[in-house]
Amino acid sequence: MVGGGLGGLWAALRAAENGYPVKLFSLFPVKRSHSCCAQGGINAVFDVKGQRDSIQQHIVDTIKGGDYLADQPPIKSMCEEAPGLIRAFDRMGVTFSRTPEGTMDQRLFGGVKNRRTCFAGATTGQQLLYAVDEQVRRFEADGKITKYEDWEFLSIVRDGNGTCRGIVAMNLQTMKLEAFRADAVILATGGLGLIWGRSTMSTNSTGAAAARVYQQGARFANGEFVQFHPTAIPGHDKNRLMSEACRGEGGRIWVPRNAGDQRDPVDIPEAERFYFLEEWYPAYGNTVPRDIASRAIVRVVRHMGLGVGGKEIAYLDLSHRPRRFLEDRLGGILEMYQTFTGEDPYTGPMKIFPSMHYSMGGILVDYEKDGTAGGMKHSSPRNHATTIPGLYACGECDSGYHGANRLGANSLLSASFSGRVAGDAVSAYLKTLKSTAADVPADSFTKELARQQEINRTITSSSGPENPFALHHALGEIMQEHVFVERDNAGLDKAVAGIRDLKDRFRRITLDDSGGWTNQSLSWARQIYDMIVLAEVIAQGARLRDECRGSHFKPEFELKVPPGKFAGDPEYEAYKAKWKANNEKWLKATVATWTPDGPQFEFKPVDLSVMAPEQPRDYR
Amino acid sequence: MPKEIAFKIKRQADPQSPSYWEEFVMPYSPGHNVVSALMYLREHPVNRAGQRVNPVAWDCNCMEEVCGACSMIVNGVPRQSCAALIDELEQPIVLEPLSKFPVVRDLVVDRTRMFTALGQVQAWVPIEGSYDIHVQAPRISPKEQSVRYLFSRCMTCGCCMEACPQYHGGSKFIGPAPLGQVYLHNAHPTGEFFREDRLHAIMQDGGITDCGNAQNCVQVCPKDIPLTTAIGELGRQTTVQWLKDVFCK
Ligand SMILES: Cc1cc2nc3c(=O)[nH]c(=O)nc-3n(C[C@H](O)[C@H](O)[C@H](O)COP(=O)(O)OP(=O)(O)OC[C@H]3O[C@@H](n4cnc5c(N)ncnc54)[C@H](O)[C@@H]3O)c2cc1C
Ligand code: SF4
Ligand code: SF4
Ligand code: FES
Repeated sequence: MVGGGLGGLWAALRAAENGYPVKLFSLFPVKRSHSCCAQGGINAVFDVKGQRDSIQQHIVDTIKGGDYLADQPPIKSMCEEAPGLIRAFDRMGVTFSRTPEGTMDQRLFGGVKNRRTCFAGATTGQQLLYAVDEQVRRFEADGKITKYEDWEFLSIVRDGNGTCRGIVAMNLQTMKLEAFRADAVILATGGLGLIWGRSTMSTNSTGAAAARVYQQGARFANGEFVQFHPTAIPGHDKNRLMSEACRGEGGRIWVPRNAGDQRDPVDIPEAERFYFLEEWYPAYGNTVPRDIASRAIVRVVRHMGLGVGGKEIAYLDLSHRPRRFLEDRLGGILEMYQTFTGEDPYTGPMKIFPSMHYSMGGILVDYEKDGTAGGMKHSSPRNHATTIPGLYACGECDSGYHGANRLGANSLLSASFSGRVAGDAVSAYLKTLKSTAADVPADSFTKELARQQEINRTITSSSGPENPFALHHALGEIMQEHVFVERDNAGLDKAVAGIRDLKDRFRRITLDDSGGWTNQSLSWARQIYDMIVLAEVIAQGARLRDECRGSHFKPEFELKVPPGKFAGDPEYEAYKAKWKANNEKWLKATVATWTPDGPQFEFKPVDLSVMAPEQPRDYR
Repeated sequence: MPKEIAFKIKRQADPQSPSYWEEFVMPYSPGHNVVSALMYLREHPVNRAGQRVNPVAWDCNCMEEVCGACSMIVNGVPRQSCAALIDELEQPIVLEPLSKFPVVRDLVVDRTRMFTALGQVQAWVPIEGSYDIHVQAPRISPKEQSVRYLFSRCMTCGCCMEACPQYHGGSKFIGPAPLGQVYLHNAHPTGEFFREDRLHAIMQDGGITDCGNAQNCVQVCPKDIPLTTAIGELGRQTTVQWLKDVFCK
């Protein structure tokens, strides 16, 4: 098991429950995994608020939220199993927020009309992560799971038939490399936000591990689909997230109507405030999905020139809500805002701008369809299998469930659910194995170990004018400028050229650290190269896709919804016909294969068997 | 506005080497915290004397005071360095690794002992399996939830352990944070079924009686976890348990 966030811990737990010994690798103690940053909540239908919410509606929202790009059987299974999964979390002792009668409370999130999000104060991810961490520690105490914390996964080891039979990892204290045999390997190494330099993600969310298996033959799907969260606090070390729960709890987004209005926001009267989401999308208002909110903010700020104080800033306002209510429901994150900005979110609006936040794309994984139920077949060894036999992937690093855009509070769900599925899938796979990793001749392992040692040697002995940290900044700037919320082909061409240039410059780096112990620069340098490799996949994928879908927005190819027209109006029906024709061409997953000369792309059909794409997304 | 940010950092090349102090200065810009400043220094690893040196090693991840990675002693106080804003600190800013844990390199320490203690005290709610058993978990009142929530935010950062006079290399004391976790799990409706096991675990050598009630822990906890309230309550619970063990055999 590589990775100890929600995905990895669930997979490890499940495999251990099935009786298989697990070695669990993580860059740091698993409790510090990025999953602990998730604030807002996790979706599951309980209909606590009596809104006639249904699992069917959760499925529909997820499919449409992802603009139909995700294979549908896994979505169906995920939404169906979500309530049971939450019950398991609840039994583990998660401190979910409660209704007066002691059941799970639920809040509203974006892209849906019902209150479907379970939460634990404003630290839901932390609470969920710790609960599974505790269960894993139980198995650790019994000797059934062994943790390798402060170890970095470098590569998989494949036997003569190409089957994955183990890994090579680096001890991040001693910097020693070691090969480990395994009958199967699961990757749950999380997101790749650092490719944008700064994101809402943790500083270790580089995507390097995914890039490594991609370079060893795993396919990478839908890389161009990246979620930009509308409400992040821009910072020079990190863009800190202000959860969507802020909007779910009544937060309003606005800018002054008059460009360059210099007044203190609290002095600006209602009539001179532009609540653009409420005006443009009256049905959903501030809780439109993230891709739509981010585009609207960018439009208002960049194209209409209405950014607060002429800067790339909009307001997120909660100050009209009672203090007690806010403390109760959002205390943790509002405190965080106060700590890092020194401003008081209880009395005035917060300053936000969209930021890289989540990667819908990732390592391509398979599933087996259940012919009768229409979902995923339970405990099939094909579920969450990558294109490399014996290698599985789950959590944010895989490409399942979210298609072209992820709904809020659906990824703690997919990380946990996919981890549990992967744990069962691997258990099923292990049963089919005719030979074990112990039978594989040693030279597969010694060769891969030597290859990795050679990479370290090359990096530590290289001397040239380039600084690896500066290369990372340069990468971030390229992505931020050309592969952001709005994209165009000229910019993307520049991005691809710039990224290739970085690959070249990487050959001339000098490592500033000569230390033999905890050499963080060495580990970082290796990860930077891998980020550059993935950036190329992402930018080229974006360049190829000449359409707008979910988070991928190229204005040149936009099919505009005729304003004021709805189903039945001839203008709307004409638009819908165009939309369908576009789906014929583009409703396909982008699949990248590594070659020494850069990624090669093909397009793969999407399984639409649960809900045919008849209705365009429309949140007006 | 100050022109520069000055640091004095306690360094150590590896677990065996002696420690030494090194000073750094960097240009001032607003909005920095200790971690973002260290990020600048790793890109420009030049000490005050102008010598190129190995960059300072430290741990961080979330950058928003929730993962517990970046604990260090900042101007004498154990805390999360990502939330230590430069504008609020006296200069030169003195950074030291936590002293109660073995140093790995520079500001990186090995807190394995804390995680081991969580296993010793059985800080978990035993469940039959992680699958759905189709039965709702017990109901919990909003009030009980809010008390347990205080403790469930413990990020194993180690600041309380650093501040505790009873917790050190030479003592067996498990320290305040694991005690808080015993309280948390004993207060859960089904976790409570195993309350005796946890109490017995903290009635051993290095358990709750090693707490000298110095209250230092609670003052430094970045999450304001009421550790001493928990320790007081566990003191009562263990006394009752002791009586039970003696008289109800
Ligand atoms: C600020 C923020 C808030 C969020 N809020 C929500 C929310 O409210 N609701 C929601 O549903 N989703 C939310 N998300 C998204 C969600 O948190 C993540 O998608 C999810 O937690 C990912 O879990 P994971 O297990 O895949 O990865 P992670 O938790 O990132 O874990 C990755 C693991 O992989 C390990 N790893 C990585 N590389 C290596 C390597 N080379 N070698 C060894 N180990 C490695 C790490 O050590 C770590 O243990 C949020 C995301 C962010 C950024
Ligand atoms: S109250 Fe106990 S645990 Fe807390 S600092 Fe004092 S001695 Fe340590
Ligand atoms: S109790 Fe507080 S100080 Fe101690 S480890 Fe937990 S969060 Fe840190
Ligand atoms: S980096 Fe996570 S607490 Fe500071």
